[in-house]
Amino acid sequence: MPSPSKNRSRWFGDPGRTFGIVSIILLISLAIAPAKNHFSEWRRYQNSYLAMIRGRGDAVTLQRHFQGGIQQIWRPELGAVDRCTSCHVGLKEASLTDVSAQPFRRHPVVPHNIEQFGCVMCHRGQGIATTVEEAHSSTLAWEQPLLPARYIESSCGQCHHAPLAGTPQLNEGRKLLASSGCVHCHTIKLPEGGTLQASDDPPSLVHIADKTTREWIFTWLKDPQAYAASARMPNFKLSDDDARDISAFLIFNSVSLPGDTLALSQKAAADPSAGPSLYGESFCATCHAVQNAAGNLVGGNIGPELTRIGNKAKPEWLAAWVNNPRGYDPGTAMPHYRFTEQQVATLATFLQAKSDSDFMSNVHLDPATSEQIAHGKLLVTEYGCASCHEISGIKKPENFAPELTRIGSKPISQLIFVAGMRHSLPDYITGKLRQPRAFAAGLKMPQYSFTPAQIDALTTALLSLNERSQNLPSSLTIPAPRESAYQPAGKAGQLMNDLACFSCHRINGRGSDLAPDLTWEGSSVQRKWLEDFLRNPNTLRPALIRRMPKFNLKPEEITTLTDYIMTVYQTPTFDHDSMPNSGYAGSDIEHGRQLFYSKYGCQSCHIIDPKADKGYIGPTLTEVGSRLNAAWIYNWLKNPQYLRPGTIEPNRSMPDEDAHALTAFLVSQKVSAKQEAKK
Amino acid sequence: MKGAWIVGLFSISVSFYGCARSASSAPTSPVYGSAIVEVNGGKQTASVGGRLEQPVVMQVNDEQGNAVTGAVVSFHGAKGVTFEPASGATDSSGQFTTTVSLGGTAGRYQIVASTPTKAQKAAEIKIVEIALGYQEVLGRELNEQYCARCHNPESTPERVSNYDNLEVKPHPFTEGDTLNKMSDPDLLAIISHGGPALNKSPLMPPYGYTLSRTDMQALIAYVRMVSDPPYSVPGTLYTKK
Repeated sequence: MPSPSKNRSRWFGDPGRTFGIVSIILLISLAIAPAKNHFSEWRRYQNSYLAMIRGRGDAVTLQRHFQGGIQQIWRPELGAVDRCTSCHVGLKEASLTDVSAQPFRRHPVVPHNIEQFGCVMCHRGQGIATTVEEAHSSTLAWEQPLLPARYIESSCGQCHHAPLAGTPQLNEGRKLLASSGCVHCHTIKLPEGGTLQASDDPPSLVHIADKTTREWIFTWLKDPQAYAASARMPNFKLSDDDARDISAFLIFNSVSLPGDTLALSQKAAADPSAGPSLYGESFCATCHAVQNAAGNLVGGNIGPELTRIGNKAKPEWLAAWVNNPRGYDPGTAMPHYRFTEQQVATLATFLQAKSDSDFMSNVHLDPATSEQIAHGKLLVTEYGCASCHEISGIKKPENFAPELTRIGSKPISQLIFVAGMRHSLPDYITGKLRQPRAFAAGLKMPQYSFTPAQIDALTTALLSLNERSQNLPSSLTIPAPRESAYQPAGKAGQLMNDLACFSCHRINGRGSDLAPDLTWEGSSVQRKWLEDFLRNPNTLRPALIRRMPKFNLKPEEITTLTDYIMTVYQTPTFDHDSMPNSGYAGSDIEHGRQLFYSKYGCQSCHIIDPKADKGYIGPTLTEVGSRLNAAWIYNWLKNPQYLRPGTIEPNRSMPDEDAHALTAFLVSQKVSAKQEAKK
Repeated sequence: MKGAWIVGLFSISVSFYGCARSASSAPTSPVYGSAIVEVNGGKQTASVGGRLEQPVVMQVNDEQGNAVTGAVVSFHGAKGVTFEPASGATDSSGQFTTTVSLGGTAGRYQIVASTPTKAQKAAEIKIVEIALGYQEVLGRELNEQYCARCHNPESTPERVSNYDNLEVKPHPFTEGDTLNKMSDPDLLAIISHGGPALNKSPLMPPYGYTLSRTDMQALIAYVRMVSDPPYSVPGTLYTKK
């Protein structure tokens, strides 16, 4: 074995040899960088792309489009430096439709150009990285991995705050954020200013003792969904003692309101079918659902479910509510029906019978003690009940829960995960929505009963609330449409509030889209028809299940409403009297009939002759000449979307003479003409 | 004989498996069916990466066609498809239910459900689910708004179908046998100019002045995606199947 000194002299004793060895080491170290570059991941992908396109018929074109080396999309105003196209080389190649192997797939069709926004804007990940791992996953230095495809619509929501036709999941999630009560506790600031407003209206608890019993409050607090499967209130998982104390406080705290109860002097109609038929005639099911024998909910979801209303409501309160709901809750979405006292008794008795004898049967509460009431008050404050409900003596808490304005870019390092959960932001959010109390002991967020699809939708909406959406240049932000504060004036305005027209109809940007927009109703319909309709509404579309209720209006109320609608709700673009509603030449009418049935095929959606036509999509036109103004029909035929945006009646780009002949034909379809024909 | 030797080895491993099972859970021998059939959940659509609305339900039957309880069903799918749960035993009605989420790229996903049989083979069934990209989702939404009331024969209380009332029946969008033969420009012509543009029924109105070109292309993309049998792009395919 040679000694170390001998070894040293062997290698370094000769200056020539030393020089040679150092040169070799130098050469090798110089080669490290180019070799690393040569063997880099992106170069390997580019080479296999080139190998893939070589055998294709479109090789020449693809080869010409191909650019080697690191590629990047640079959008300084968005802070985007995206090098994804270094590996994803075929993104813009329209002819690569048959390639499904990544990273060479063509980018699917989206409304934006890739160069316009880059990649990270929608997909997240680290754009500047040049290895797959660093670009796609979260690393020590980078917390934003690629966004799972399931939530990709959230990226559209960073700029588009208005609903988009192509993002149903995002639209649904935003609707749920507003309607599930999230924003009562969590503030969500919008980039264009203001905050997201709640669309639900939890009831005031100021007069609750007039409405229901302490036993019902206790049972409801324990499990709202046990009372009604569709209940919006989440489950706070209260102990028996806590529910007992809160119910004690709410009853103790309630202030009686004169007029909240009604003692009826008349009895319900003797006929047992009178109740159900009044419920049906009044179209209660348009807003309220009832569970049928098969366990399915039948009816709308605007008002509360009524399956067990008899367990909840006190009879004298229910009678007062049916008589005039605005006495108890001036802002309710429920219209004030003008029922006779006997009708009130019939309907209230019918509803009171909707109860479940097993429900609440084993709830027995002893009279409340003052300690229980005091503890109940403490709990009501702690759980933030007043965030949603009006409770006398308790102020609505400010910033009760964490603000969610930037939840979509919350760093993972600031999150506490449940053991076994994947450490990613979407998983954290879905976990919170699924089981909020699982994250730590003592959390206050209640248990919701969202379906998996609703959780995905909510997560999508929440992920769109991020740093980027807050800091985008304002030229890129498309603000959400604001609900207008339109309020009709005078006596008619009061009447429309009383009848809750805006709960279904939309007028001048305010209201719901359940029923037709009435902004230009005065131009559309004839006065006589409107009066008849308000007196006795019939449905215009045979296939609809949600209908306009009959309010039993007084003649002078009908006059007030009709006057207002006919005068105020007029389109500025044409005069509704500009065309006569009768007196068209027989030849025009006949020509119109032929156009209707042959050229335009209107009978595929509309009915003129109830015996022969079977178009159940659009409104029935049998008596349209007594309903609509000729000028409206003519202008509608010329451009339906202008008069009612979003209507599915197609714009036919109809020549003037065709529109004129069709108008003549349609106007000739009058009530009187039909009745005479019958004789 | 080599074959017999392999079968022997198999039976050893199976009995081993049986032992392991009986040791850990209820003392039951493995249950076998002879066929697996789809009860629910095939041919659904969801947006990319999304969860299918309906669960996928499979039933295991024996040779007489009776449902088998306790048979093991396992699901496999293309890359990106996830199952909750991916395998398990059939319930008392012989059925096994799973929730399926599709992968992140638009297209058709084949899902294979299998159950072991007595002959040491696996009985399999293949179903197809469809993941919709942005364009197809937009197409689906437009279809619901403008087209489905005539083109979809299925009628619900919320959206009553007019299909049965029409003298000339519209083509449901899944009807690949007819629609696959029509080119994209033909479909665009029919949507924008109505049925008469291709000498078809005037009951199909023109939507060219109502929908944008992007909208109509989205509708075509949707129709192509859901068609049955599947639509294949005309022209040469260079990638291997």
